[in-house]
Amino acid sequence: MTVIEEPRTTIRSGTIGDSPVRPDGVAKVQGTYAFSSDLHADGCLFGATLRSPHPHARIVAIDLSAAWKLNGVEAVITAEDVPGQLTYGLIAQDQPVFAVDVVRYVGEPIAAVAAIDPETARRALDAIEVTYEVLTPLLDPEAAIAGGHDPIHPDGNLIRHQHIVHGDPSATGAVVVEGTYEIGMQDQAFLGLEAAIAYPDPGADGVELHVATQWLHEDQKQIAACLGFADEKVRMVLGGVGGAFGAREDISLQVHTCLLALRLARPVRMAYSRAESFLGHVHRHPATIWMRHHADADGRLVNVEARFVFDGGAYASTSSAVLVNGITMAQGPYACPNGMVDGYAARTNHLPCGAMRGFGAVQACFAYESQMDKLAAACGVEPAEIRLRNAMKTGDTLFTGQPVLNVAPVEDCIRETMALPLPDEPVGGTPLSDGSQDAMKLPGGAGRTADAGDIVRGIGWGVSIKNLMYSENFDDYSTARCRLADGVATLKFATAEVGQGFITIAAQIARSILGVDEVELDQIDTHIGSAGSTSASRQTWMSGGAVDAACRAARERLFEAVGTAHGIEPIRLMIEGTDVIDTAGDLRIPVVEASSGLTIDETIEYHHPPTEDLDENGQGNCHTAFAFVAHRAVVDVDPELGLVKVVQIATAQDVGNALNPLSVVGQIEGGIAQGLGLAVMEEIIQIDGVIRNGNFTDYLLPTFLDMPPVLATLIEQPDPHAPLGAKGVGEPPCISSTPAVVAAIRDALRQAGIDAPLDRVPVRPADICL
Amino acid sequence: MTLAVPTSLDDAVRLLDEHPDAMLLAGGTDAMVEINDGHRRPASLVIALNRVSDLRSWRHDADAGTVTIGAGITYTELMEPPLATLLPALAEASRTVGSPQIRNAGTLGGNLGTCSPAGDGLPVLSALDAKVRIVSADGERDASIHDVMLGVKRTSLEPNELIAEITLPVRSGWQGYAKVGVRNAMVIAVASACLAVDETNQSVAIALGSVGPTVIRCTEAEQHLASAVDWDTGVVDHDAIGRVGELVSAASSPITDHRSTAEYRRHAVGVLARRLARRAFTINGVAA
Repeated sequence: MTVIEEPRTTIRSGTIGDSPVRPDGVAKVQGTYAFSSDLHADGCLFGATLRSPHPHARIVAIDLSAAWKLNGVEAVITAEDVPGQLTYGLIAQDQPVFAVDVVRYVGEPIAAVAAIDPETARRALDAIEVTYEVLTPLLDPEAAIAGGHDPIHPDGNLIRHQHIVHGDPSATGAVVVEGTYEIGMQDQAFLGLEAAIAYPDPGADGVELHVATQWLHEDQKQIAACLGFADEKVRMVLGGVGGAFGAREDISLQVHTCLLALRLARPVRMAYSRAESFLGHVHRHPATIWMRHHADADGRLVNVEARFVFDGGAYASTSSAVLVNGITMAQGPYACPNGMVDGYAARTNHLPCGAMRGFGAVQACFAYESQMDKLAAACGVEPAEIRLRNAMKTGDTLFTGQPVLNVAPVEDCIRETMALPLPDEPVGGTPLSDGSQDAMKLPGGAGRTADAGDIVRGIGWGVSIKNLMYSENFDDYSTARCRLADGVATLKFATAEVGQGFITIAAQIARSILGVDEVELDQIDTHIGSAGSTSASRQTWMSGGAVDAACRAARERLFEAVGTAHGIEPIRLMIEGTDVIDTAGDLRIPVVEASSGLTIDETIEYHHPPTEDLDENGQGNCHTAFAFVAHRAVVDVDPELGLVKVVQIATAQDVGNALNPLSVVGQIEGGIAQGLGLAVMEEIIQIDGVIRNGNFTDYLLPTFLDMPPVLATLIEQPDPHAPLGAKGVGEPPCISSTPAVVAAIRDALRQAGIDAPLDRVPVRPADICL
Repeated sequence: MTLAVPTSLDDAVRLLDEHPDAMLLAGGTDAMVEINDGHRRPASLVIALNRVSDLRSWRHDADAGTVTIGAGITYTELMEPPLATLLPALAEASRTVGSPQIRNAGTLGGNLGTCSPAGDGLPVLSALDAKVRIVSADGERDASIHDVMLGVKRTSLEPNELIAEITLPVRSGWQGYAKVGVRNAMVIAVASACLAVDETNQSVAIALGSVGPTVIRCTEAEQHLASAVDWDTGVVDHDAIGRVGELVSAASSPITDHRSTAEYRRHAVGVLARRLARRAFTINGVAA
């Protein structure tokens, strides 16, 4: 991969703007890093979960007797063994710990067992006899919205409806384009499977849970409620997290593990297999989105009408927030005076859906970017040009009435992407010395399905907007503590490090602010206030802001101490390199010396400014901040077989300030791989409510051979609203890379004389060639 | 569960005869996936075959014009010369299997023993009319590949029999394999085809994978192509190639499942056959 960036020559090693080696990097590469699934305790028991085989059924009877009789089975529990609240959930507590009377999706937990080994636990599950009365599943979200179907849940079949009206929704333009788009269900497919170990307190009046999660304190609150404990009786420690992408926001095995451990007064370990993981966490919402764009003859947007339907599956999870993200991004990163959007999140008997990288913005972007290409074609202008003509600027207003006050370099993102070179190799790459072609460089790859003459190349664009942090009046604050003594800064926070690299930049921030080289990181647990979730591209801004503020507070104490010792006003002091210096005198003391014998300890909560709920017309300043990105995809297509190979992705991303450029590039490459996956291969297939490809043989993820070189330009315009000028960078890469790839496929097919709508992702071979 | 690790074919056969319900473990690339997914529980006895040296060798009989491959030969070994030079279609098929780690472990005998419709080596064995040596405590027998593969993961082997080796002809004439999957590598076949030319007998063989319960030979398409070829020049008419594609599609018998549709598989296998024929011969009528 090529990164184009300004040289950074004047940065002190390990500080902001440098890309130091991540503390967990070597262990992960060498395979010695302990992920949650590696957790073990002497004498621990192994838990397992019995799950529903039906998408919708009444539980007539559960007979546990045969399971209890098995040698080595220590506990068998059901909903009757839940001492506290029977349900949990991030927004609405509508999801049962164990099914009560009815199951609503294939994979819903019904019972759990603990046994002396995993095989015995598995056999105990087989021995549980559940009698079901199978019910007709509700699988069509439109039917759920229409209201004709009996409620499949006491909360009803409509999770949320939200309407947005802005300006004059009846406005029309000279050019009108319309389309209906479909997005399939994507899986987060983190590599580190769900796993936890619970240690009960003596007397079983409390528990310590080590788990891979995205938000320790939210887990703590939900677990404690189900266990009937006060929050502080559930102590949470972050286990090694192997990726998250939203799939660890919801409770999965946390409550089950704690219940078994408390019941037995012994440590219990639970760990999902890949097949169980597909059932055990929420997925990206499948969505159907209708849009009609009105523009003037030059392609300037006049009005956007849209209708969104998200299939939330059986339980609410974060569906209502995903919905709002989607519909409030309906216009994309474009200025438009008028709009009317209707959005629905429906409850069905499909797998529950919730958070996944991009969180509603992904679905919206595939629709509005497909529309922008239609608009470009209708107006006879190039795809990049139509986007430049409409590019949002700072101060422009969303359909919610909210002004975009952040740096909004949409035009720069597009122009900088345009400036990146196109691939210089022809289709199939430069022929080898014997004149033959490297099959791996053609669509079909190792399968050798094509020769260069079978292939056409296309180019496509995608540009997107993403809100950062939580929305709708949610105070997702972060807490951090900084201790400074003898030249060593010790940081404490509950920020879930899920692989994104927060622990690396936390130390960089401390080095920059305090002038120290040595930074210790305390255990990530609930012995400090909440850090909010590692999601919504928010931790660099929020926990970064908290660490920054805690370090600044510690620095004030240091300056006060130095000032007192030397008779200098603290305000004259500053950090230069690793020294405290007097800006109005000659004093220069190394921080190591200046902090010797001191114990400075500062804890700060960082809050972003409050946001508002949306009113019934969808008006309100509901979002916290925004980031933007442009993608250009070059794709080779085999029109006859419908196979594709993405040749190159060029991108310019609005990052504010790259605190760690290598980490930013890592997010860009990884996000693009996930966006590419949604574009051409990643989809959970459910037939009649039953998952058919819950494994990595059939749920295909892009491999090294599917992932093209990425050319990336970082647009560094520090955002004055961000604590360090740095915007979150995690989600944008996966949002508009998807429509860019699909647009490139359409472009290639047009050159082959084929006009394929490709209004659904992932694009399947048959969508191209049949 | 007991694991037996015999080092000779005789020991392996004797163990299997005593425990006909034993699970045979070669590379484990099918068996371990099934076990991990809970689709299969290990039998009381697992017989590991990777230490049986008789299964781990191959020989080229230049006089007979054949190569005999031990059942334990891996895809990685098949991908490299000299085997790849003698049996180029089998090498191409082997390159499409899984990842390097899978190819280092998976074996040709295991591919046949599992007998998945998507087994990548199997269309090649069929196109080359492989002969399979099957051994048991009762002795050994040779069977035609066409009599071994019966259906989806179903062979004609008796519970006490195992595959010892597979004999293939060294043909003069082009041969190749192509496979459609929805990823550029490490993917199960949605449709695949092997085409092998026999210049000596002026014949062509075409075998299809993943478009029926087991591998399908396309006799009609083969004869059409062989009769359309000018065997002196290796030239064939473009129209004849098109007809071969149609006949191949017609010979296929695919299903719709979560991986693809019957319609796409039928279409794709015809395209693959045309493209393989284009690689094998010089096409008259349009630029190849």
